[in-house]
Amino acid sequence: MSYLAKGLPAPVPAPDGLDAPYWEGTRQHELRVQRCDDCGQHQWGPEWMCHGCHSFDLSWVAIEGTGRIYSWERPYHPVHPALTDQGPYLVVLVEFPQADNLRMLGNMIGDPLQDVIIGSEVEAVFEDHDDAEVPYTLVQWRCV
Amino acid sequence: MSELTIKGKVAVVGVGESTYYKRAQSPEPEFTLVLRAILAAAADAGIDAKSIDGFCSYSNDRNLPARLANALGSPELRFSNMQWGSGGGGAAAAIGNAAAAVTAGYADCVVAFRGLAQGQFGRFGAGPRRATISGQGAYTVPYGVMSPAQTYAMRTTRLMHDHDIDRSTLRAISMAAYHHAQNNPRAVMQGRPLDAETYDASRWIVEPFRLYDVCLENDGAAAVIVMSAERARDVTDRPVYPLAVQQGGGHRSGAGVHNQTDYVTSSFKTVVPHLYAQAGVGPADVDVVQSYENFTGGVVMSLIEHGLCTYENANEVLTFDNLVAPTGSLPLNTSGGNLAECYMHGLGLQIEAIRQIRGDSPNPVAGAKVSLANAGPMVEVVSTAIYGTEEALG
Repeated sequence: MSYLAKGLPAPVPAPDGLDAPYWEGTRQHELRVQRCDDCGQHQWGPEWMCHGCHSFDLSWVAIEGTGRIYSWERPYHPVHPALTDQGPYLVVLVEFPQADNLRMLGNMIGDPLQDVIIGSEVEAVFEDHDDAEVPYTLVQWRCV
Repeated sequence: MSELTIKGKVAVVGVGESTYYKRAQSPEPEFTLVLRAILAAAADAGIDAKSIDGFCSYSNDRNLPARLANALGSPELRFSNMQWGSGGGGAAAAIGNAAAAVTAGYADCVVAFRGLAQGQFGRFGAGPRRATISGQGAYTVPYGVMSPAQTYAMRTTRLMHDHDIDRSTLRAISMAAYHHAQNNPRAVMQGRPLDAETYDASRWIVEPFRLYDVCLENDGAAAVIVMSAERARDVTDRPVYPLAVQQGGGHRSGAGVHNQTDYVTSSFKTVVPHLYAQAGVGPADVDVVQSYENFTGGVVMSLIEHGLCTYENANEVLTFDNLVAPTGSLPLNTSGGNLAECYMHGLGLQIEAIRQIRGDSPNPVAGAKVSLANAGPMVEVVSTAIYGTEEALG
């Protein structure tokens, strides 16, 4: 069961391999981000070099799948045919205090018309798409 | 003041547009629209379009300088320039790049232009139609975040949360644009005024944006011709002087997936100090403002970051009465802008700022000596131009 209707473009790792470890991680229900081996800074979105110290030695580390809501929006107007009958849905931007306040976005599980409170604690819900041509897993969020 | 500025060295001699159409309504291809805009700008300047020897554009415009110079029969092409990426954020920058080329002597008569036929080439507001997606889009598109409105609504939510920006402030920006469009024969929304009740009853596109918080999608083209100040005075009796043009973005403004270091920003915070320093004017000197409306929330951030109001007083300053020409204290988007004139990717706003200095705006601000037009808000790289009369050169 997926939050959004089927038929949106499926995520695949970048052709240059940059973010393959992220997508391998979600398949294992693990949330991975980049961390610099030299200065220890977490980094997101993925890049080949640490923007703090210019080290090319970046590792992929698993972080706890919890965060707090930094912002949110509620799309109504469908901009893709797959969403024509979707109705409103919720998107939250989640920040991770445990990883230098990096942010990721996903859908907010539950009533799409629910009130969303910035600062609320949320936890990751891994949404498997095993039947996709290249199986993948999205990371959704629900209130703790 | 360093002499390494464009101030006093260049002037806009002509501006022009194709007919502005609703999306997919242009009977002509995009390239033809661009040619019509360039010919209109040349006629406005009183010059032969064959004398154009440089071309600047932005947002990966499809209409290549070599083809344009070929079509125009220009005896020589001396300068071609593309402002990379960030969509409409390059509108002022393209004019700045043209001004830089003229200042450096790379070319004598440079046109900054943009052509956009969303009917011929597809809508900005439509999501990608393909089976898979990689890169930054892989982190947003599968979650239903794929249009510009969906990208920037998130930032506006946080703006409203952090600074108590009212819905009525967004509404005033939209209503002022529609009000101004009623006097503008070029505006696609002329004859379609907007009242508060209609705004309030309009559908959500993506909360917190209602229909009227979101720019139009159109077909059209626009052009601005720049020459040296000395030559400009020979060809026209109404040159307009770019006092300064600046482009850029702050620390990691291009960070992916909503990880900009400073999130609640129009991206102008680092650009504006350079802008005013180069122009030799400050926010109090600005008589009329064109502020790029991809979405109304971005306008609020832009006006604050240009020093035209503050986080604390934005709700009090940005009212309909204050924003309308000729009586308002902060006349805004006096052609109707991207919301109600035409979504010409921001070049229309630059043209309106130039017309305000010349006095031929459809909603003129009497005695305007300094006008400002920004481009892009919230994108990675933004830009702003300040235009002035000869007197404003100081």
